[in-house]
Amino acid sequence: MFKIVSEPIEIESLKATLEDAQAGACVTFEGWVRNHNEGKPVQALDYEAYAELAEAEGNRIFAEARERFALEAIVCVHRMGALQIGDLAVWVGVTAAHRGGAFDACRYVIDEVKARVPIWKKEHYADGASEWINCATRGVGAGVSKKA
Amino acid sequence: MELQIQYFALLREQRGLSDEKLQTTAATPTELYEELGAKYMFTLPADRVRAAVNGEFVAAEAALKSGDTVVFIPPVAGG
Repeated sequence: MFKIVSEPIEIESLKATLEDAQAGACVTFEGWVRNHNEGKPVQALDYEAYAELAEAEGNRIFAEARERFALEAIVCVHRMGALQIGDLAVWVGVTAAHRGGAFDACRYVIDEVKARVPIWKKEHYADGASEWINCATRGVGAGVSKKA
Repeated sequence: MELQIQYFALLREQRGLSDEKLQTTAATPTELYEELGAKYMFTLPADRVRAAVNGEFVAAEAALKSGDTVVFIPPVAGG
């Protein structure tokens, strides 16, 4: 299940959906809003998504992960809207019979989500400026494919 | 032909709205983006934007048809 949500992410209830007697490993990833980016102090973030396509692309990533790794379940939830420093922006949970596949698949899912899923992030800086990340057309980020 | 356009993120701000219907002779997403970009001063060049039609990614040179919903995808930044 790949989901775009606007309310705070509740980890415990998501984790409960992964419980499975077949699984010997559960690897989770939490993406938090941090207070700096590329040397600039960040005060807050806005996330925006094209939800219909984001969920379709997210589910394609899950299908790819299942082809590459032996998995039981995959969940990823990404929060939208105005987030503050320390807020949980994205949560990924993967279960598998063994830990190797679970670690690798969790990494694969978050890397692909960041690179491909139509979600955008606007950073608000301490000096009052703001910027859509990866969308600069002049300066350091211009013309560079920055997927990390 | 008439198309429905939805805008997100930087493009939504530069266009000043989230969606609109418009009449165009643009045959492909690239032609449409060039038309809109010239009109509304989009800062992102066409080669940094992906296109989706009716909820699926499409090639930049895919054929548009009347009634399509077109979305341009600026560089993404989830996570």
